Amino acid sequence: MSIFITVTLSLLEGLWTTFKIFALTLLMALPLGLIISFGSMSKIKVIKWPIKFLIWVIRGTPLMLQLIVFGFGPGLLGIDGMDTFVAVMIAFVLNYACYFSEIFRGGIEGIPKGQYEAGKVLGLTKSQVFFKIVLMQVVKRIIPPMSNEFLTLVKDTSLANTIMIYEITWNAKRFMNSEHILWPLFYSGVFYLAFCGILTLIFGYIEKKLDYYRG
Amino acid sequence: MKILEVKGLAKSFGKTKVLKGIDFSMEKGEVVAVIGSSGSGKTTMLRCINFLETADQGQIYVDGNCIFDGASGKKLTPAQERENQLNFGLVFQNFNLFPQYTALENVALAPKLLAQERPDYKQNKKQILAEIEENAKSLLDRVGLSDKRNNYPCELSGGQQQRVSIARALALNPKVLFFDEPTSALDPELTGEILHVIRDLATKDVTMVIVTHEIDFARNVADRIIFMADGVVVEEGTPEQVIDHPQNERTQAFLKRLE
Ligand SMILES: Nc1ncnc2c1ncn2[C@@H]1O[C@H](COP(=O)(O)OP(=O)(O)O)[C@@H](O)[C@H]1O
Ligand SMILES: [Mg+2]
Repeated sequence: MSIFITVTLSLLEGLWTTFKIFALTLLMALPLGLIISFGSMSKIKVIKWPIKFLIWVIRGTPLMLQLIVFGFGPGLLGIDGMDTFVAVMIAFVLNYACYFSEIFRGGIEGIPKGQYEAGKVLGLTKSQVFFKIVLMQVVKRIIPPMSNEFLTLVKDTSLANTIMIYEITWNAKRFMNSEHILWPLFYSGVFYLAFCGILTLIFGYIEKKLDYYRG
Repeated sequence: MKILEVKGLAKSFGKTKVLKGIDFSMEKGEVVAVIGSSGSGKTTMLRCINFLETADQGQIYVDGNCIFDGASGKKLTPAQERENQLNFGLVFQNFNLFPQYTALENVALAPKLLAQERPDYKQNKKQILAEIEENAKSLLDRVGLSDKRNNYPCELSGGQQQRVSIARALALNPKVLFFDEPTSALDPELTGEILHVIRDLATKDVTMVIVTHEIDFARNVADRIIFMADGVVVEEGTPEQVIDHPQNERTQAFLKRLE
């Protein structure tokens, strides 16, 4: 019984790190993703193409590889003392910002031209058109793909253990090595499930909230 | 003085010349119907006047003031363009209501945002917003939708949506209100309610330019008819002149085809 409590406490500790990665990634990747999506839709080629290239590289390589690059890259270049957690955050934020940006772009480009034009002929400024007319419609459209990304992020946080961040999976694996028991890993699945379950409920609620209109 | 004067308006898309020098003018309170076969440039003309497209050449005068001059080559700043835009209202063929807002919110949105720029907005905010709300309600009454104020566009029929969009355009008190085929996205049985609303506006001295395929309606409501073909005004005059006794053979051919 005592080992069960030890494992639970250890996993909860890991869960806190998992949650930190999750929350901080969202906090930074969502606004950055919006900025990147504007860049990728820019009419200015020297903005658009480098951004498109970045998105291609980030989406075209494994997140684990990106973690290793940001985790060990600075050391190899002779830059010492970069915090591993900071490296993890850079990799996650950049990775997720690129995925989010594509979802935003799809959402923004899916808004009919007539919505912008209607706003314009009513004398709204460009930013009023975006914030008062377009944004809400984009949010509604991107909720389903976003909920997918959020759930993927919960599980992707486990990749952070490749560069020695002690999130929940790392803590579970620890017992495999020290105690030769496998069940803490299976048990960790329960935490992920609960985390994702809560997110699913939240997204369901938001979707329902936005269900009051169509289009 | 002419409330609107358009001179030599020209617009090309790539190599296609869509407008080849449009001239017309109108008095305050006048209703002009624009007819012409599809592809003749009617929509493009409305879009150029409403600054959704930038004309290549020509001038637009409102109350004698030049608000657009294609020859100057200067691009208008967004602020100037907005100020110009507020002279006009445009009712789209497919309504373009904002789906996330109720009928009333659709009508009140632009006036509320505009009011924020008033110097006394901070002090009299409550009163200003209440006035806007009242005005929006009375506009919805006017188009016969007082019982649909709190409905979302998806809960309204096409005809009701178009009436909301007319109220929305009226809310900013445009000097000239433009309609681009306001009934052609509607089922035939719903066109009547829109034509009724427009006819009512005509009796209230709203200055309007109406692009339409409803010839009987045009004859009935318009003071003047403009017939367009291939990007030019081919013939213009009273409904009796243009519809009943067309002089130009292209007008004659167009009207014959409609019969
Ligand atoms: N954005 C555009 N790009 C290219 N061609 C266009 C564009 N808008 C309109 N046109 C062309 O201009 C012509 C006139 O179109 P339009 O003004 O819509 O005519 P109407 O409203 O009288 O039917 C058509 O041949 C159409 O294909
Ligand atoms: Mg048209």
